[in-house]
Amino acid sequence: MKALVWVEHDGAAVKDATLAAVTAAAKLGDVHLLVAGQGVGAVSGQAAKIMGVAKVHVADDAAYAHALAENVAPLVAGLMDHHDAFVAPATTNGKNIAPRVAALLDVMQISDILSVESADTFTRPIYAGNAIATVQTRDTKLVLTVRGTAFDKAAMEGGAGIIEAVASMGDKGVSTFVSAEIAKSERPELTSAKVIVSGGRALQNSENFHTIIEPLADKLGAGVGASRAAVDAGYVPNDYQVGQTGKIVAPEVYIAIGISGAIQHLAGMKDSKTIIAINKDEDAPIFQVADIGLVGDLFKIVPELTGKL
Amino acid sequence: MKILVPVKRVLDYNVKPRVKADGTGVDLANVKMSMNPFDEIAVEEAIRLREKGAATEVIVVSIGEAKAQETLRTALAMGADRAILIVSEEKVEPLGVAKLLAKVAAEEAPGLIILGKQAIDDDNNQTGQMLAGLLGWGQGTFASAVVVEGDTVTVTREVDGGAETERFTMPAIVTTDLRLNEPRYASLPNIMKAKSKPLAQKAPADYGVDVAPRLTTLKVVEPPKRTAGIKVADVDELVGKLKAMGVAK
Ligand SMILES: Cc1cc2nc3c(=O)[nH]c(=O)nc-3n(C[C@H](O)[C@H](O)[C@H](O)COP(=O)(O)OP(=O)(O)OC[C@H]3O[C@@H](n4cnc5c(N)ncnc54)[C@H](O)[C@@H]3O)c2cc1C
Ligand SMILES: Nc1ncnc2c1ncn2[C@@H]1O[C@H](COP(=O)(O)O)[C@@H](O)[C@H]1O
Repeated sequence: MKALVWVEHDGAAVKDATLAAVTAAAKLGDVHLLVAGQGVGAVSGQAAKIMGVAKVHVADDAAYAHALAENVAPLVAGLMDHHDAFVAPATTNGKNIAPRVAALLDVMQISDILSVESADTFTRPIYAGNAIATVQTRDTKLVLTVRGTAFDKAAMEGGAGIIEAVASMGDKGVSTFVSAEIAKSERPELTSAKVIVSGGRALQNSENFHTIIEPLADKLGAGVGASRAAVDAGYVPNDYQVGQTGKIVAPEVYIAIGISGAIQHLAGMKDSKTIIAINKDEDAPIFQVADIGLVGDLFKIVPELTGKL
Repeated sequence: MKILVPVKRVLDYNVKPRVKADGTGVDLANVKMSMNPFDEIAVEEAIRLREKGAATEVIVVSIGEAKAQETLRTALAMGADRAILIVSEEKVEPLGVAKLLAKVAAEEAPGLIILGKQAIDDDNNQTGQMLAGLLGWGQGTFASAVVVEGDTVTVTREVDGGAETERFTMPAIVTTDLRLNEPRYASLPNIMKAKSKPLAQKAPADYGVDVAPRLTTLKVVEPPKRTAGIKVADVDELVGKLKAMGVAK
């Protein structure tokens, strides 16, 4: 079987999420990559070195500069004449593009896979991860998105993929990129951070979030996350949100501060290796999943903790 | 301009899902069912566009069991104008739903179709993108702001790194993210009024669409359970644990 993996990148470098998708694809057969973008020479070179990659298809054109699904999906559908599976990381870009590809190919996508059981059978979470389904497809081509925390990352070195240019299929003329507000942060990205410090509604405002959560994260070299309640209340931007409808994370250590532990939040972090919870309510559901709990007022505990580290 | 809003009936988001002992799925007998939360946001957005004069009619559609009528009545009570129920007692997958919706779109010729970004039962996050692919329309997915101007719709999208704005020529697809708006509650008079709003009943065969599933669910199990660990008494003990784990020096 030949699998085509969509490479998530920022124009300069391959993003980590791609590497888990490569590992999943390698379980199916030969791994080919698709780098679509504008001025993606460096990214393609990097992609070719990923362990296990046989070929890198490169579509370098302005139409692909912003990963617009309307333009990328037909390109992928064309390449699928020669591939058996399309595999994308379950990032916002992957989730935007893959189902459109599936529709063009007339196949059912299997979203957010956790494992490859065989060439046609996969496991995936449903109901916010409260159940795991094993599903088998009858379709002759596969379209999969891959949950990044469920697969090891393929090595960035050791591969020697052949780079091959693909002709652009042009701009479909229905969508235009206008602008992006991409947060720049010195902190590790949530989906690859080893330690995450997350704050909830209990922080009360954005200033408290900055003065209480961030210094602790700085001490631990941690990424910063948040519950939906904290995002909705405007304490932090949307890209901080962990959960069913935010980011799925599985760091070595997840510290939940002033977060109650709603199932939608747990869906995004319950595969973390060690969960630490700080909450003033000893009956908060978060303690049912926490390895280490500390009951008390975060406004007292967290500054003391930061001071003692 | 008409706006089409597909709504799905799902297990209420406050109910803890229970996996059936025989491993065939999640138990939906005698539990509260509601409109998918993202679809409430979609209905709200469509009504607001009509209230602003950007749209003339809001049509809600559901594919599912006859009971999905209740979900459609809720949408009508919120302010949608009429409803279409495509009855299928068998579960229809996103690809089948998208094909049916493409037929409805061909009949109704809406300027916008606003869907939820994902249904919180199967967490597929596919239908809107598939529908856009079938129709060849633009897709403003994961929307946190929607602005209609002339024949274009500008959508601010919640993406991994922050936010992104894209513009689409209409007709177009929009899928809603959580922060797009706060859905209204239906008032009692509006709930009464909704009872007499038109609700058409159809079957997949009326549209000539084959909705046979492509996937077979072999089994459904509970995820590995986490058990509660220990409670530490104070910050010093927590610092000790962090050091023992090598997280702090
Ligand atoms: C469709 C849908 C999708 C959703 N997706 C997500 C998602 O992806 N991610 C997500 O997080 N949520 C999501 N939610 C929301 C979720 O249901 C909860 O509402 C949310 O997670 C609650 O956030 P919280 O724990 O910060 O707030 P709360 O539930 O209000 O909890 C605050 C906690 O702080 C504690 N506290 C208060 N003061 C202090 C103090 N001084 N010191 C210590 N502790 C204190 C309280 O005891 C309480 O446990 C979703 C909801 C829906 C309907
Ligand atoms: N059976 C259905 N009936 C009506 N709308 C649906 C149905 N299934 C999915 N949708 C729509 O598609 C969106 C995304 O669903 P999904 O792709 O299943 O996660 C939902 O939020 C609904 O707007």
